[in-house]
Amino acid sequence: MTAEGGVQYSKIAEIKGPLVIVDDVENAAFDELVEVETKDGERRLGKVLEVGNGKAIVQVFEGTTGLSIAGTNAKFVGKVMEMPVSREVLGRVFDGLGRPKDGLPDPIADKFIDINGEPMNPEQREYPKDFIQTGVSVIDGMITLVRGQKLPIFSGSGMSHNLLAAQIARQASVIGTQDDFAVVFAAIGVQYSEAEYFRRSLEESGALKRSVLFLNTADDPAIERIITPRVALTVAEYLAFELGMHVLVILTDMTNYAEALREISAAREEVPGRKGYPGYLYTDLSTIYERAGKLNGKKGSVTQVPILSMPSDDITHPIPDLTGYITEGQIVLGRDLFRQGVYPPVNILMSLSRLMKDGIGEGSTRADHGEISNQVYDAYSRAQEVRALAGIVGKAGLTEIDLKYMDVGDVFENEFLTQATDENRTIEETLGILWKIVSKLPKNEITKIKDKYVEQYYKEE
Amino acid sequence: MAAQGRIVWVSGPAVRADGMSEAKMYETVTVGDSKLVGEVIRLTGDVAFIQVYESTSGLKPGEPVVGTGNPLSVLLGPGIIGQLYDGIQRPLRALSEASGSFIGRGITTTPVDMTKKYHFVPSVSNGDEVAAGNVIGVVQETDLIEHSIMVPPDHKGGKISNLVSEGDYDLETVLATTESDGQTVELKMYHKWPVRKPRPYKNRYDPTVPLLTGQRVIDTFFPIAKGGTGSIPGAFGTGKTVTLHQIAKWADSQVVVYIGCGERGNEMTEVLVEFPHLKDPRSGKPLMDRTVLVANTSNMPVAAREASIYTGVTIAEYYRDMGKDVVLVADSTSRWAEALREMSGRLEEMPAEEGYPSYLASRLAEFYERAGRVRAAGSPDRDGSVTLIGAVSPSGGDFTEPVTTHTMRFIKTFWALDAKLAYSRHYPSINWMNSYSGYLADIAKWWGENINEDWLSLRSEVYGVLQREDTLKEIVRLLGPEALPDEEKLILEVARMVKIGLLQQNSFDDVDTYCSPEKQYKLMKLLVDFYRKGQQAIKEGTPLADIRAMKSITTLLKARMDVKDDEMPKLDQLESDMQEEFKSITGVKVSN
Repeated sequence: MTAEGGVQYSKIAEIKGPLVIVDDVENAAFDELVEVETKDGERRLGKVLEVGNGKAIVQVFEGTTGLSIAGTNAKFVGKVMEMPVSREVLGRVFDGLGRPKDGLPDPIADKFIDINGEPMNPEQREYPKDFIQTGVSVIDGMITLVRGQKLPIFSGSGMSHNLLAAQIARQASVIGTQDDFAVVFAAIGVQYSEAEYFRRSLEESGALKRSVLFLNTADDPAIERIITPRVALTVAEYLAFELGMHVLVILTDMTNYAEALREISAAREEVPGRKGYPGYLYTDLSTIYERAGKLNGKKGSVTQVPILSMPSDDITHPIPDLTGYITEGQIVLGRDLFRQGVYPPVNILMSLSRLMKDGIGEGSTRADHGEISNQVYDAYSRAQEVRALAGIVGKAGLTEIDLKYMDVGDVFENEFLTQATDENRTIEETLGILWKIVSKLPKNEITKIKDKYVEQYYKEE
Repeated sequence: MAAQGRIVWVSGPAVRADGMSEAKMYETVTVGDSKLVGEVIRLTGDVAFIQVYESTSGLKPGEPVVGTGNPLSVLLGPGIIGQLYDGIQRPLRALSEASGSFIGRGITTTPVDMTKKYHFVPSVSNGDEVAAGNVIGVVQETDLIEHSIMVPPDHKGGKISNLVSEGDYDLETVLATTESDGQTVELKMYHKWPVRKPRPYKNRYDPTVPLLTGQRVIDTFFPIAKGGTGSIPGAFGTGKTVTLHQIAKWADSQVVVYIGCGERGNEMTEVLVEFPHLKDPRSGKPLMDRTVLVANTSNMPVAAREASIYTGVTIAEYYRDMGKDVVLVADSTSRWAEALREMSGRLEEMPAEEGYPSYLASRLAEFYERAGRVRAAGSPDRDGSVTLIGAVSPSGGDFTEPVTTHTMRFIKTFWALDAKLAYSRHYPSINWMNSYSGYLADIAKWWGENINEDWLSLRSEVYGVLQREDTLKEIVRLLGPEALPDEEKLILEVARMVKIGLLQQNSFDDVDTYCSPEKQYKLMKLLVDFYRKGQQAIKEGTPLADIRAMKSITTLLKARMDVKDDEMPKLDQLESDMQEEFKSITGVKVSN
C-alpha cells in the first residue's frame, strides 16, 4: 500500500459518516485508492465511490472521527487498493487493512495484487469434488465439505461456532499432504477474545506457521471491515493459485461486514432494500463468496468457511438469506441443541452441502455414503415429527414404529452428533455410527438404500 | 453518424457522458480508453446515461465514449450450440484464451468461430422469390441439430441470385444475393438481431403438447406444455437449481438454452462438466450437442446480468424459427430483477415496492410473452416453440414479495418449492398443495391418446388421496394417529407411499433421475390399485397391520430406483405379486 506520485487535493467540501466529499477533482478514477492526511499528519486510507463533475465521494476506511474540513488533504494515489503478497505472509498477523500487526516489518512483496480480485471464468473452473475429512461426524457424514467449496456456518449469538470452525481448521489440516495446506483467518469485527482463541488454537496444533491472520476486532474502525475479507481472499488466492496450496479461509463474522456496508449505503442516501441493507447486498456478498473454488490447470484450491450470526436466530434475515443463495450449502447451528449442551449443535435438517454428492461415494468415501445419509436425514426428520406429536398426545398415543423413530433421534444426537472438540473421527467410524442408527429401524422402513448395502451393513441388535 | 462523447461521472456500473446528442436509446457504446461495452439507457440533453457491462474500476471522467450506431444484438448462425456465453454473447472460452482463469476487461471476440466451414445444402434456386424468414438451405451444426439458414426477419424480400452450390463454406461466405428494387442484399450463414425485440412469427397456437421432463411430480402432477410458461420459486436450499438442471437434461426438446443469471459459478461449471457425458435419452447423443449456456454469475458485472435474459431468449427464438422445440431455463429471474433495481436506483428513479422500479411487472410480462408455440415466418411451414421456465429466489422464502407475485400473474405453471419438504429431504421439494398447472386440461388429451385414457382420472384419484391426507394430518396433529379409523389410517399410509414412491425422485440415482411417461403411468396405476384393494380389504375386516406388513410395499416404493425404463415387465410382475399378497391376507379373492 505504497502511495507515490499522487495528486494532492485539499478542498474537502463535506464530511458525513464514513464519507468525505472532495471538490475540484480533475483526474481521479472510480475505485481509486485515496490517502487522507489530517492536520496532525495522521494518514488514513480510503477509496473513490463516485467521481464526476469535479467532485469525488471518498469512503474512509478508518472512519472520519477527528477529520476537519480545513487542513485535511486528500491524495489520489493513481491505482486501486493492492495487497503485497509473497510466501513470507505465512505465519504473519495483519490488521484489517493488511498492514503488519505483529511488530514485524512488511513482508517482502513478490507482487502487488488488486484486492477486489476478478471474477473467475466459469469455463476455467474445475468442479470441486475432493472430500475433506474434518473428523467431525456430522459434517463428514451428512454435510460433506469438499475442496473449493464455500460452506458457511449460520450461528447465533453465544453459540459454539468458533469451537467448530477452529476444530475444522485444526483437523482438516492434518489430512493428506500437510505441506501444501494453509489457513487464512479473517476476524471481522469480532471480540478480541474470539480472535485470540483462534490464534491459540492454531498455535497449539502447530498450524500457525501455515496460517495468515487478519484481525479487525470489535474496537477497530467499522468501515475497515469492507476491506478485511478482500485482503484475506487476495492472499488466499495467491497462496492457492500461484503457490499451489490448499487454502481454508475462515471469515468471521460476516454479519459485521454487512452492517458496515449498510452504514456506507445509508451515508450515501441510497434507496434501501430489506431491513435497510442496500439493494446490492447480494451482488456485493457474491464478490466475496464467489472467490472460492478450483481452477483448471492449477494445483491449489480456496475453500471458504464464513461464519455469520443470524440476528435473533432468524434464517430469513437478509444476511443469512442472501448468503444461502450464494454459498454451496450451509451448516446451521440450532439453539435447542445448544441449550441441551450438545456439541456441535448442528441442526442437520436445515443444513445442506450442495457439493456433497460429488465428493462422496465409491473411490472417495464409500459407495453407500449417499444413500445411508439420505436415510438418516429421513429418519431424523420423522423422529422430530414424532417428538412433536409425543409432546401433545404423550408416548402412550404413539405406535410401535413411532417409538423406534424416537429412539433413532436420541441415538443420533447422543452418539453421532455429540463429539469432543478434540475428537477426530475417521469416515469409517462416522459411517459405522450412521448404520447403527439405521439398524434401529425394521428393514421395511429402509426405502432409500439399495438392498445390497442393507445386506452388507445392516446389523439388527 | 456515431456519437462521440466524454465521461463526466462514474459510479459503479453507471456512467454519464456528455456530447452524446447523436446517441440513440439502447445503442451500444464503447466506454473509456479500455473500450468497455455499455448501453445507453437514458438521454437528457446531450448527456447519456450508460450501463456498463464490465467492471468500471479505474475509469475516469474525461475518457472517451463512442457510439456504435447499433442496438445490443446477438449474432445468430451455426456454432452457437455447445457454447458458454457471458451476458452479452461473448464466448467465455475465448475470453479465457485472452485473459486466463479470471475474466479480464475490454476483450472483443466473435460469438462463434467465423472461419469454421459448414456443409451447406441449398433448398432454393436462383430466380426464386424469397421473403423474410424463408429457409434457403441447411447445415449440420451438431450431430443433433440441423440448422436452417433463414432470410433475416427484417429483410425486404427479393429474387435469389448468385446462389452457391452445395459445399463447405464459412460464415462470412456470401451464399446468395437478393435483388429487389435495384437493391442487392447479401445473404450469409448468420445475421444479427437486437435482443430486446421479439423475433416475428406468422401465428401462435394453443399449447396442447406436454413438455416431458422425466420428472414425475412435474409430468404427472403439474405439467407444462411446449410453448408454455412456468415458474419455480423457492428459498435457498429447496432444490431450485437441481430441478432446473433436471429439466435441462431430460426435457424432450431439441434445443435447451440455460441462463445462469446471477448465480453460482460452480453451477455453470457443473453443467459444462456433466452435460458432455450425459446422453440424451431419445437420441443417445451427448446433451451438450443441444445446449447453449449463458452465464453471468453473481460476481460478474451486474448490468450484463440484465442483458443475459434477453440474449438467451433471442437465441431461443432463433432456433424456434427453424421449427424446433426450445426450452429456456432462467436461474434466477430474481437476480435479473435486482439488476434492474440496482440500475434504477443509480438512475435515481422513484422506487415502487421494496425498491424495485415500477416497470418491473411490465418487463416480466414482456419476457414471459416471448414464450409460445408458433408457425414461423416464411416458407416452408415450420412449427416451433419456446418454453420459458424461470426460477424465482424470494427473499426469506416469502412468496408475497414483488418478483414472485408479479411473476405469478404471467405464468401458467407454478411449482412452489417448500423448505419444510427440503428439510426432510423430500426432493424435488415441490409442494403439491400450493403448486398448480394451467395446462392440465389442455394436455390430458395427449396422455389419453399416447399412454392410457384413464390417465386423468387416475391422477385425480391420487391427488385426492394427497388432499385427504392434508386434512387428516390436522387431526393427527391434535389427537395422534390412533384416533383415526382404519380406513383413514389407510389414506395416510397410501399418501406416504405416493410421496416416497412417486413424488420423490432422486436426481443423483442413475435410474431414478429420468422416468419415462410409461413408467410414471404404471407406478401411479400400481399405487391406485393398492389403494383400492386396501380399501376393500379393510371393508372386509382385514386389519390394517396386515396390509402394512405386505412385502410388496417396499418393492413398490423402491421400484422407481430398481426398475429401469426398459424393464416394464418387472412392474407387471409386481402387480401380480401384490394381488397374490392381498389374496393371502384377506383369505378371499379380491376382485379388481
